[in-house]
Amino acid sequence: MTASSAVQVPDQIFVILKHWLVMHSPALLRPAVSVLVTVIPIIIIFPALFAVTTVLERKELARIQNRYGPNRVGPFGILQPIADAVKSLTKEDIVPRAADRVVHFAAPLVLVGASFLAYSVLPMGRNMAAVDLDAGLLFFFAIGAIPELAVFMAGWSSRNKYSMLGAMRAIAQMISYEVPLILSSIAVVMAAGTLSLVSIVEKQARYSWILPHWYVLTPWGFAGFLLFMVAAAAEVNRSPFDLPEGESEIIGGYFTEYSGFKFALFFLAEYLEMFAVSGLGITLFLGGWSAPFSFLTWVPSWIWFFAKLVALICGFIWVRGTVPRLRMDQLMNLAWKLMLPMSLVVILAAGLWRFLPGGPFPGSPFPRSMIRWVVCAFLVAVPYVLLARLLAGGKGIARRVYRYAE
Amino acid sequence: MLGEGIIQGLAETARNFFGSFVEKDRLTTVQFPEERRELAEATRQYPFLLYDGADPEAGLRCVACQICEKECPPRCIYIEKSKDKKPDFIGKPQFYPAVFDIDVSVCMSCQICVEVCPFDAIRMDNEFELSTTDRFGGLLWPIATLAKPNEYYQSIHPTEAAETDERRAKELAEAQAKAAAKAATSVAQTPGAGE
Repeated sequence: MTASSAVQVPDQIFVILKHWLVMHSPALLRPAVSVLVTVIPIIIIFPALFAVTTVLERKELARIQNRYGPNRVGPFGILQPIADAVKSLTKEDIVPRAADRVVHFAAPLVLVGASFLAYSVLPMGRNMAAVDLDAGLLFFFAIGAIPELAVFMAGWSSRNKYSMLGAMRAIAQMISYEVPLILSSIAVVMAAGTLSLVSIVEKQARYSWILPHWYVLTPWGFAGFLLFMVAAAAEVNRSPFDLPEGESEIIGGYFTEYSGFKFALFFLAEYLEMFAVSGLGITLFLGGWSAPFSFLTWVPSWIWFFAKLVALICGFIWVRGTVPRLRMDQLMNLAWKLMLPMSLVVILAAGLWRFLPGGPFPGSPFPRSMIRWVVCAFLVAVPYVLLARLLAGGKGIARRVYRYAE
Repeated sequence: MLGEGIIQGLAETARNFFGSFVEKDRLTTVQFPEERRELAEATRQYPFLLYDGADPEAGLRCVACQICEKECPPRCIYIEKSKDKKPDFIGKPQFYPAVFDIDVSVCMSCQICVEVCPFDAIRMDNEFELSTTDRFGGLLWPIATLAKPNEYYQSIHPTEAAETDERRAKELAEAQAKAAAKAATSVAQTPGAGE
């Protein structure tokens, strides 16, 4: 065994394992075994990650608020998800008498199914995408539209005004934020020249000196990454964009009328969507499974993918613990007045970046790529500042004056 | 305007997050069943009935005047007056409650019964660990559950109890003085009366 293959074994362990399993099954069953061996780990790992995330989220939010968080079930409360699972499984499943029973039943299933489908194109390690579609990104966004349908199914079939309001908010929000989400990923597609997520990661898994060619390390990529993550948070109804399920105003929104295991399925689907869209953000901007420094490439690629995923999840929780929920008009203003123009600017900057020269100047200490750095940084920063000032309308934040209530 | 506020907010929450691991006095949570914070003296939960001496039946201060029953806003008190009378602490014959029930599922701990009671017979308890595995039973408290000795009252609300005890001691002394004076006059008048 050579040195390079010693490095490759832990990296490719799951690929090798799958190959071995397929090879040792009867020839007739091989396609089926191949599919099962690919799908079952996804169906196990991400719900397991969901279980870990629920307790992580409660702990992190608690610490942000100077509390302990769950610490009763098991050591440090790490067995809390098991208690939650038992609770949601044993709870009574109530279907409202006036509800459309078929649609009411189907909505959580469609939602969870669609959330799982999104993982099929994500490369979770080197050679570890379930399917390498040429139009993987397109497939991801196409699948990403199904939850909108499921959410509306849930809201409509419940025959409850809170559910209906939540569903309508969800549709408005998801459709609005899909625009900046897709536009900011178009910049990456332009830079990489492909829609295949596997090739997009491979384009980023190269190094200059010790630094990787991640798109987030370019001015347009950085802006695009921020736009993408904000739009992603809105797309998966994550705080501060959780208006569709605002507990304090519309009692949970579209899943108001769900209880027991169906409620748990909604909860699961929400987190699965969050992981999927974070995974897409990692794939597009953070170099997917590639190591952050060239001297760390010996660490298996799948570890990097999941490390980045957990980091982004912690980021989402951090933001949830910080930013209060937006108002509906603020939400729409942010999407259409700030994020849409900014994502167009990012596309422009990505185009310029592509055609401005890179590489070193002959006979100069400054690399020639300085030019495109400066140009693209200005191109992104100046419109941002101007747009933000314009939208703030020149008024600063003043102390609110109450005319009658003093 | 440019998102500085969000950055500041994130910094603040991060400070809280890490601070809660470093500074112990940031975490104000009391881990309840193991750790207990001393209750404030004015803590009140549900009412109880006071009795003097050792026997709850004989020493019960309540005279079944039913003022608390009428004043109770959620009407959680039910009283049945006795037919006969028994002497109270100054020896005056008084009615006593044959039945005195408080429905604690209705009681809202407002303390109005305590405010209106002219006989210092009802006071607020500070016992709050009342959960049971029985969903419906045990919510209607009879005299047997409600009656508690004066020493218990002194232990949970010392300031209030001292004030009440002082007032009652004065009342008793006055009553005794009056009785003594009456006895003296009746003794003085007896010969005259015999005339």
